[in-house]
Amino acid sequence: MYVAVKGGEAAIANAHRLLADRRRGERSLPSITIEQVVEQLGLAVDRVMAEASLYDRALAALAVRQARGDMIEAIFILRAYRTTLPRFGYAEPIDTANMKIERRVSATYKDLPGGQLLGPTFDYTHRLLDPSLLGDEPVEEVALKEPSEPVMRVSDILDGEGLIEGDGEMPEGHVAGDLTREPMEFPMARDLRLQALARGDEGFLLALAYSTQRGYGRTHPFVGEIRIGEVEVELELPELGFAVSLGVIRVTECQMVSQFKGSAKQPPQFTRGYGLVFGQSERKAMSMSLVDRALRTDEFSEDIVAPAQDQEFVISHADNVQATGFVEHLKLPHYVDFQAELDLVRRMRREYETAHGGEDGMKEAAE
Amino acid sequence: MDATPEQAPPAPAAERREGMRLLARATLAELSAAWEAIAGKPEVAPVRGPETGLVMVRGRIGGGGDPFNLGEATVSRATVRLSTGEIGHGQLLGTDKERARLAAVLDALFQNDAHRPAVEALHRRVAGRLEAEDRRKAEETAATRVDFFTMVRGED
Repeated sequence: MYVAVKGGEAAIANAHRLLADRRRGERSLPSITIEQVVEQLGLAVDRVMAEASLYDRALAALAVRQARGDMIEAIFILRAYRTTLPRFGYAEPIDTANMKIERRVSATYKDLPGGQLLGPTFDYTHRLLDPSLLGDEPVEEVALKEPSEPVMRVSDILDGEGLIEGDGEMPEGHVAGDLTREPMEFPMARDLRLQALARGDEGFLLALAYSTQRGYGRTHPFVGEIRIGEVEVELELPELGFAVSLGVIRVTECQMVSQFKGSAKQPPQFTRGYGLVFGQSERKAMSMSLVDRALRTDEFSEDIVAPAQDQEFVISHADNVQATGFVEHLKLPHYVDFQAELDLVRRMRREYETAHGGEDGMKEAAE
Repeated sequence: MDATPEQAPPAPAAERREGMRLLARATLAELSAAWEAIAGKPEVAPVRGPETGLVMVRGRIGGGGDPFNLGEATVSRATVRLSTGEIGHGQLLGTDKERARLAAVLDALFQNDAHRPAVEALHRRVAGRLEAEDRRKAEETAATRVDFFTMVRGED
């Protein structure tokens, strides 16, 4: 239990001045701008947006700078900011089939309409430190090529044969739940789970996804498709009676395909896990899709034998703002609380020693 | 008051919708330049905002299934009334209220026959820029297209 304390105002103010000083760092160096963070640390910005569950690149960059690069602190700040704003409404669902593709790869089909488009990827780099980035050497102009045919969805290819389950329907009349409006309850429907996973901690989801690969709830997955690019966000304006575009956001989508032997109710087929994340973040989208599939035990009559299949365990611990809040509160003053426990332990120790006879007890404790 | 089919909107909905899409993507410089260039500016009165808030962005399960809530995005919006009577709405991603206000003003001007050509010129300018940007990105992406060769296993 936490008991409020008073005092320390001057020390706190000075600590925050010191924080501001350390954040600024060596004064002879130029201060980094928000634009520089957006442009040159874009994937850090994307992660903060995704896990804060707020798409705004400039504000996410501000949070990164304010947090001195501490990602979870930045996510916390941005998440807190969103609570200060009114909600204007729910946008129309984004259409990822019509994405302006910046990257698209499939591990299941070599030749597919639209091709394998690597985009700006770390894949196939040698992961060697690049000394040229110590300085500010000019960067080569990018290569250009005539775009080819449209990029079709991999799930549509398999769908043509009837060997893959559909996109994912909720029961008739189901209204998508919203975690920001309703308390969590279990069992949780898939739409709500996806919302929780989309803002879940990348590291946590990565570890859970990895655990499924190592045999803790095995699903034998393939990356059907990963696509990254911009999609339009549209909002219905009641004044006008039609939806208008508010602009574009970049998202990463992952369709994970996994074999399913069939059950009493369903024939053998490929099942799917889905990942969708703000920004460019395919590690997160892949992890999300693996965990999404692992959590669908009820749909496929699978036994829950591993942590990644346990929705209460996964969803309750995926949010790093909640997690850091509860873990980090332990460092706040617990003096009264601890005094009470100290008294309790002293009393128990006295009782123990009395029960074991003074000398024996002392001897045991010494050993 | 019921709207009757005879009361056609001053600007067809589809054109206005496309115009609003472009205004949402216009830079502050583009919007300001278009407003500055308007001859015989009407008075502009705020009706709502400009204000910043959130919309919940939604995705679809599996890409095309039922909707789910993905996360929020910042949106700025404004509604204005011109002294000539037209009401305009501006709404765009981000926290730039001035852009939203100018977008609303230009949406209102689009509905005024005298000013529509100037707003249409802005629409074309923004559309041209976006098209060039999208084209460039598509070409950059196309240059990273690969063909993987599957190696035959077990050959000597």
